[in-house]
Amino acid sequence: MATHFFADTAVLTGRTMRHVTRSLDTIITTAITPIAMMLLFVYVFGGAIDTGAVSYVNYMLPGILLITIASGIAYTAFRLFTDMQGGIFDRFQSMPIARSGVLWAHVLTSLLANVISLVLVVGVALIMGFRSGAGVLAWLAVAGILILFTLALTWIAVIPGLTAKSVDGASAFSYPLIFLPFISSAFVPTDTMPGPVRAFAEHQPVTSIVNTIRDLLTQQPVGTDIWTALAWCVGILIVAYIFANISYRRRIS
Amino acid sequence: MTLRQPCMLAVMSIPPTTNQVQGPAIHVQGLEKSYKELRVLRGVDLDVARGSIFALLGSNGAGKTTMVKILSTLLKADTGTARVNGFDVATQAADVRESISLTGQFAAVDEILSGRENLILVARLRHLKDPGAIADDLLRRFWLTEAGTRRVATYSGGMRRRLDIAMSLIGNPPVIFLDEPTAGLDPQARIEVWQAIKELAEGGTTVLLTTQYLDEAEQLADRIAILHQGRIIVNGTLAELKQLLPPAKVEYVEKQPSLEDVFFAVVGHGGEGDKDGDADKGSQDRKPTSNRK
Repeated sequence: MATHFFADTAVLTGRTMRHVTRSLDTIITTAITPIAMMLLFVYVFGGAIDTGAVSYVNYMLPGILLITIASGIAYTAFRLFTDMQGGIFDRFQSMPIARSGVLWAHVLTSLLANVISLVLVVGVALIMGFRSGAGVLAWLAVAGILILFTLALTWIAVIPGLTAKSVDGASAFSYPLIFLPFISSAFVPTDTMPGPVRAFAEHQPVTSIVNTIRDLLTQQPVGTDIWTALAWCVGILIVAYIFANISYRRRIS
Repeated sequence: MTLRQPCMLAVMSIPPTTNQVQGPAIHVQGLEKSYKELRVLRGVDLDVARGSIFALLGSNGAGKTTMVKILSTLLKADTGTARVNGFDVATQAADVRESISLTGQFAAVDEILSGRENLILVARLRHLKDPGAIADDLLRRFWLTEAGTRRVATYSGGMRRRLDIAMSLIGNPPVIFLDEPTAGLDPQARIEVWQAIKELAEGGTTVLLTTQYLDEAEQLADRIAILHQGRIIVNGTLAELKQLLPPAKVEYVEKQPSLEDVFFAVVGHGGEGDKDGDADKGSQDRKPTSNRK
C-alpha cells in the first residue's frame, strides 16, 4: 500500500486545493489582515519608530510575512476539522488507500495556500516601496525559512483540526500565534522594550526568524540568528509532527 | 415488482469482479465493544450470505453504527471476531478495505466538488483506469447526469444520498455498508434510494444496511436482525419474523388510501426535476409500494 502513498496523496491534495481555489475568499482573508496591518504600521505608526537606516516597510515586512502564515494555518485547521465532521473522512479511512495520505494532503495544501498568500503580501509591499537587493541565494534562503515555518505551524494546526470539538476551537489556537510577532523584533527594535518584555522578545522564536529574514533581505551578515531560527523551526516541526500523529492514530483507531 | 424475489435474484446476479473467498460475506461472532462504562455491543453473532441484503434494525443508540464502524475497520472491537469477505477486520484490515465500501450516516460526499468530481476522486483513489468514464456511467445509472457538473452543495438530500451510494459502487466491492441510508429524506427521495439499493443487490453485491425504519427493512431486506441493547434478539427472514406473532386473522376491511398514496397522487412522481432519461420507466420504478398487500 505504501506504493500508492504518493499517488493517493497527490489525488487528495488535488481535492483540498480545489477547496482553496473555490473559496478564494479564504486566501484573500488570509492576505488582507496582514496587508491592513502593513498599511497601518507603515503609514500611521511607522513614522514614530526609529529603525535606523532601513526604511520601515523593509524593516517590518518579515514580521508581516510571519503573521500571514499564522493566520493562514487557521484555515488548515478549519479544513481538516470540516473533513472530520462530514462522512468523507470515514469514507477515505475505509478505503484501501495510504491512510497518512489524507493528512499529508492537508499539509501540502496548507503549504501551497500560504505560498499564494505570501506572494500577494509581498506584491503589495513592493507597491508600498519595499525593495531588496538580495541575490537569488538569499531569496532562496528566505523562501526556505518561510516554508519551514509554515510546515512547523501547519503541523501545530493539524492537532486542533483533529481534536477540536467546535469550529471556533479548531481555529482559535492561531490567535496567540498571530500575536507573537508583536512582542518580538518584528515591528519595533527590542532594545526600546522594558526589561522582562525585552527578555521574552529576544528569546522567543519569532525574533530570530524575523532577524534572519531581515538580514537576508537587507544584505546584512545573518550571524548566529539563522541557526537559532532553524533550530526553532525544526524543533517545533518535530514536536508538532509527533503530537499530530499521535492525535491522528488515536482518531483513526 | 416491488418486493425483491430471492429466486429471481439468483438468476440475475452477476458475481463481483473482486477476488472472492468462500463462506458468508460477513461473519460476526461474540463481538463486544464498550465506550468506558457504556457497553454498546454485548456479544453480537451474525452471518450475512453473499449477494443478500441484510438489515440491521434498531432504535437510536442500539449499537448499529458501532457495528458498521467495526466491520469497516474504523473502530476496533474489544473482544470477538468479525470477518468480512473472509478477511479478519482486526488482522487483515487492508484486505477488508479492498473488499468493502462504506456509506456512513452523514452523506460521505465532498460538498465543494461537483458530483462528477466526487466520483472521479474515488475512482482515482481506487486506482482504476478511465475514472471519467466510470463517473459518467454512474451518473447515468443514478439519474444524476444533468446535475453532474454542479457542486454537491446545491444537491437535494436524495441526490446527495444517490451520489453517496454511487461512490460506494466504484471498484465493484463485494460488500457494501449503508448506515441509515434514508435518514432525513423525504418520501420520494427514500424510494429513489431504495431503488438504488435494490439495483446494487441485483448486481450480486452483499449489502448490510442499518435502519430504524421498519418499513425500510421490510421493503429491502432478505434477512432482518433486530439489534437491541447491544444484542441481536431476533434474526430471520421477514416471513420467519412474522411467525413469531400469532397468525393473522382474515378480516375484510375496506381499503383506505394511506397518506403516502395521497401524497404521491397529489405531488406526482416525476416532480423533482433532477432526473433525466427515461421518465416513464422512472415513474414506474418509484411507484408507491405501501398498497401491495
